[in-house]
Amino acid sequence: MAKADFEVPELKEYPEIPSITPGVMAHSRPFIAKPEHQEPLHFPGELVDNWQEKAIAKMGELQGKYRSLQVYLDSCVKCGACTDKCHYFLGTKDPKNMPVARQDLYRKVYRRYFTFAGKYFPKLVGAVDLTKEVLDDWYSYFHQCSQCRRCSVFCPYGIDTAEISMAAREVMDSIGVGQKYCNEIIGKVFRIGNNLGLPEPALADTLEGLEEDVEDETGVKVRYPLDEEGAEVLLITPSADFFAEPHVDGLIGYGKVFHQAGISWTLSSAASEAANFGMFIGSYENMRRVSLRIREAALDLGVKRIVFGECGHAWRVAYSFLNTLAGPFDFLDPRYPVPQHICEVTHDLIQRGALTLDKSANDDMVLTYHDSCNVARASRMGNKPGGQFSIPRDIIKASCNHFVDMAPDTIHDSTFCCGGGGGLLTDDLMEIRVKGAMPRMQALKQVVEENGVTHMAAICAICKSQFTKVLPYYGFSMDKIVSVHQLVSNAIVLGDKE
Amino acid sequence: MSVLTVVYAILFYAATALLLVGLGYRIYLFWKTPAPLKIPTTPAPTTRAGVVYRLGREVVFFESLFRSTKWTWLFGWIFHFGLLLVLLRHLRYFTDPVWTWVSLIQPFGKYAAFAMVAGLLGLWARRLFVDRVRYISAPSDHLILALLVAIGGSGIMMSFVTRTDIITVKEFFRGLMTFSWGSIPTLPADFFLLVHLLLVAALMAIFPYSKLLHGAGVFFSPTRNQVDNPRERRHLAPWAAQLENNGK
Repeated sequence: MAKADFEVPELKEYPEIPSITPGVMAHSRPFIAKPEHQEPLHFPGELVDNWQEKAIAKMGELQGKYRSLQVYLDSCVKCGACTDKCHYFLGTKDPKNMPVARQDLYRKVYRRYFTFAGKYFPKLVGAVDLTKEVLDDWYSYFHQCSQCRRCSVFCPYGIDTAEISMAAREVMDSIGVGQKYCNEIIGKVFRIGNNLGLPEPALADTLEGLEEDVEDETGVKVRYPLDEEGAEVLLITPSADFFAEPHVDGLIGYGKVFHQAGISWTLSSAASEAANFGMFIGSYENMRRVSLRIREAALDLGVKRIVFGECGHAWRVAYSFLNTLAGPFDFLDPRYPVPQHICEVTHDLIQRGALTLDKSANDDMVLTYHDSCNVARASRMGNKPGGQFSIPRDIIKASCNHFVDMAPDTIHDSTFCCGGGGGLLTDDLMEIRVKGAMPRMQALKQVVEENGVTHMAAICAICKSQFTKVLPYYGFSMDKIVSVHQLVSNAIVLGDKE
Repeated sequence: MSVLTVVYAILFYAATALLLVGLGYRIYLFWKTPAPLKIPTTPAPTTRAGVVYRLGREVVFFESLFRSTKWTWLFGWIFHFGLLLVLLRHLRYFTDPVWTWVSLIQPFGKYAAFAMVAGLLGLWARRLFVDRVRYISAPSDHLILALLVAIGGSGIMMSFVTRTDIITVKEFFRGLMTFSWGSIPTLPADFFLLVHLLLVAALMAIFPYSKLLHGAGVFFSPTRNQVDNPRERRHLAPWAAQLENNGK
């Protein structure tokens, strides 16, 4: 078991709603962005002098730009439906990790400066001034939300805490209080093209190495092309796919699928990243700048389709926002949705009988599937609502003989976040990440014990990295987490169809 | 006309004005604020009709709340539908002649008041005894419950215990509604009537400035009212379009 300088939650036999313990996570704060992380994103380098005034003005601006924010600030009745739904609350017991309480950190300030009751009767409605203490609370607790939207599923008005935490982060960025992890990464995307800062030569080298590995293993020359003009498909995938485990096994799988289907494809060194951390910080402007790289790459390479690799929030931005941010995509082949998910492509090929899959290749595993939060609750696959649940499962079942779902209230749109989403996948937030993973670990433990599950598949780079790191804290081995296309990769029969 | 009658007449005109203006402005604000991104909580309907059906289930059955917590759902639903019946029953005091269907629901409407108050007490108990809900409650959350319980309670007292001269009360409100001030009778000086009316006026007045706005907010919630079709149709808010025109 991994060592921790904090208490790792105990996995109970059944999920339990804890009693509240105020303040236990107040100390959890990510590193603050330095000026060099802030400025490329057009944010002030450090806390501005008149920060209070600036922050309140920014709040007003955002209320005018986002209906979600205005409606959600006004509509909460404090019914408590969301209070036991957040994985961070369940894992930490800190009441400020209850979605409504997290929103209230923002709402209290909104009420103070923007509502009649809060201006004249602040105590009555719980309105507070925006003081340094309140700002500290914001920084702490708005970086304990992974924007997974589980609360919004259960709210009678659909109030989405993600919208509030995005707004809060944008307000903080606008006064010079940014989060180092997210902002540094967005800067790298602008400067180099991907989150990990892999330059083109390193990328080309990695892909060449992959081709050799796959050829050694299978005897088939599967290609992993980079910057090939005129390819049919531009594949946009999270940069973790280029080297991290188990991500890279997924990338190998995509290549084999394209190879076997005879679809020409390419990666782009300019847009070598699917992730868009602009969403995490709630910055439309930065999210758009990151998205436009994809449009430019598609135009430069003259491709006909855009396909996204396995990445959860990236798929949210791609599916739900890309057309808005970087559309219209009228220069692409109109017969395909823009963009497509790699699972949609593979699923379609399986349906049409274009792939031969030998399920027995995965017989050493009993699998379960973790629905990644942003795929489950903020996107779709295929033509029908819920395709985001059935399509990845269909692919797994077509590739493996042994599949078991976890408890019904922990999958599909009730899925629990891995604990590392929303810009929290950084070592300076290890405690909240481990504690936030507890509900998923609990559900996993149940199927491990009852059904002999050996591996959990996922289609999100953050989930894969997060689980690799946190599984050992709960006594599981880190390689329990696998990519969905890793399973396809194992099962796919390369070469001529018989 | 007594001073009391004049005070209550002014009170109800003022409360009505605050309700209409305040709510009208808030709805206008919700309406004109753009939703720049597609954020329906998925799985979401892919057609307009599907969205109407989704919102309908939400408003009539409190579907999401049902999935979330059965006790809050039960108390909340009983309260809201009790209140609805009670409100519909009250139409008899504002219409002349009374519509047939209003007469027909009269017996149910009278007893619905008990359901309404029972629901409220259940919700209040949760607020007091569940530590998570107690933690998030501000004084105003308790006060609004107290207000509604007092309105229900004073109404029940008039319906079942000490009746007031309801015919005169109706004439009072008909007079206010038709602006025929000359014909407004003196309001009966009954304790429960005066309390009931005062609190109702207070409820009307605070509606647009409090969490009671959820009644309007639910229809404007982008996670519930958006169609899931971002790939098929480009969704662009005016300010985002402007950013595009200036940027590039």
